[in-house]
Amino acid sequence: MIKFTNVFKAFPKGGLALKDVSFHIAKGEFAFLTGHSGAGKSTVLKLVYADERPTSGEVRVSGYSLTEMRPRDVPLLRRRLGIVFQDFRLLEDRTAEENVAFALEVTGARRSTIAARVMRVLTQVGLAAKAQAYPRELSGGEQQRVAIARALVNEPTVLLADEPTGNLDERATRGVFQLLRDINASGTAVVMATHDLDLVRQAPYRVIELQEGGLVYDSAVDEPRDQVAAP
Amino acid sequence: MNLVVRESLLAFKRAPLLSALSVTTIAFSLFVLGLFGLVAVNLQNALRSVAERVEIVAYLLPGTPIEATAIGLKDIEAFPEVQAATYVSEDQALARARAELVEFRDVLRELERNPLPASIEVKLKPAFRDAEHVSAVAERLGGFGFVDDVRFGRDWVEKLDRLRQLAAAVGIVVGAAFAVVAIIIIGTTIRMAVLQRSREIAIMRLVGATDGFIRRPFLLQGTIKGLLGGAAAVGLSFAAYFLIDRYLIQATFFTREQAAAIVGFGALIGLLGSATSVGRHLRRV
Repeated sequence: MIKFTNVFKAFPKGGLALKDVSFHIAKGEFAFLTGHSGAGKSTVLKLVYADERPTSGEVRVSGYSLTEMRPRDVPLLRRRLGIVFQDFRLLEDRTAEENVAFALEVTGARRSTIAARVMRVLTQVGLAAKAQAYPRELSGGEQQRVAIARALVNEPTVLLADEPTGNLDERATRGVFQLLRDINASGTAVVMATHDLDLVRQAPYRVIELQEGGLVYDSAVDEPRDQVAAP
Repeated sequence: MNLVVRESLLAFKRAPLLSALSVTTIAFSLFVLGLFGLVAVNLQNALRSVAERVEIVAYLLPGTPIEATAIGLKDIEAFPEVQAATYVSEDQALARARAELVEFRDVLRELERNPLPASIEVKLKPAFRDAEHVSAVAERLGGFGFVDDVRFGRDWVEKLDRLRQLAAAVGIVVGAAFAVVAIIIIGTTIRMAVLQRSREIAIMRLVGATDGFIRRPFLLQGTIKGLLGGAAAVGLSFAAYFLIDRYLIQATFFTREQAAAIVGFGALIGLLGSATSVGRHLRRV
């Protein structure tokens, strides 16, 4: 599903963002990506959704090799992924429904299909009643749910979440995390970058920890440890 | 409605102020270009009507038989440069002199003998009304055996030539400068509109929109803005023309084709401006 093999990524201005990172995330798996800010979590995700290319090593995602990928295949890869960010990245001048529909429109889906699928995912994230609301009329947690709905509407095989709870209060964090767990339970792989160790401890999921660009711990490979190192 | 068209039109609704601002900017920069165009068009018309007076007169030897003149006239009319050649007999010349030179009416009436020669008046086609061609035709006319003398205002034609060359040079240089300024201003305006939506472009890329999909609404929108701005510029130019024609001097407006060219120019800059701005956003990765 997602396979990193000896991946190095250099910063444009020198230095390494990632040093020899290798891991494999299987279909349907839930994995935390942890580490300090600047440890390389976002870089790993950017490599997965082809916003960056590895300097060396191989990244394979859903059948595509990022090293050999043609630029025009990038959109096709992204349609198989769902991506969620800390800052939601919703279009302010569109309603929740339009924001979600947008992700389907770009794929050229039929309008009748779009309407039905948008309502289904909005219901799934618990926001069917607020379909007509604009982002500014929604709370942070609700906005993140819209973003998750948008990520789900293309029925991705993997959901990437970059600090999805970073901007949320505790209550909203719990809600969004539970939603991600439900999504995973229905078969979608979830890769969640976070430095919220309370969340990580709450769930029995795989943990991949990065430190200064290197992979220092992978619970699928290494000995289990009682405590994840505090950031 | 087609998604591209819908997205393009929605952009006007979502950012009405910025859209209005870009259309206005485009309109005014093309208006300046249009004003200059009006000056150029009218100057050219004025020069053309002056050039219409370019005429060569071949005076005939007295006693030239009318048959010889008729054959000569046919030959002259067959010159590629010649638009029309008219025979003016001695009597016609006198009649014309009497009508035109009123102050000499008495002198002319008392003449015992008509002193005026017959002549052939030659008018050239518009493209040949310059010193070089006029001289060439005059020389050929002088070669006819029955022609006594050939006259044309050499100095005058040469001055007209210089004036035309100057007008053309100034027109090209100043016109090009105005056009470049319009292109820069319109390009910047369009770029601002794209920049304002760079977040949206980034999000479109994230959800898997192809470059073509992202580009198309911007191109259509840029073209529409250019069209609207161009049309407004033609409207403003017409208002300016109307006021000038009414209160200052008689003037002419653009032909339909020229007006369409201004609108088309606006649309083209709008299209190219958005193509380069969006391209810059898409080139990453």
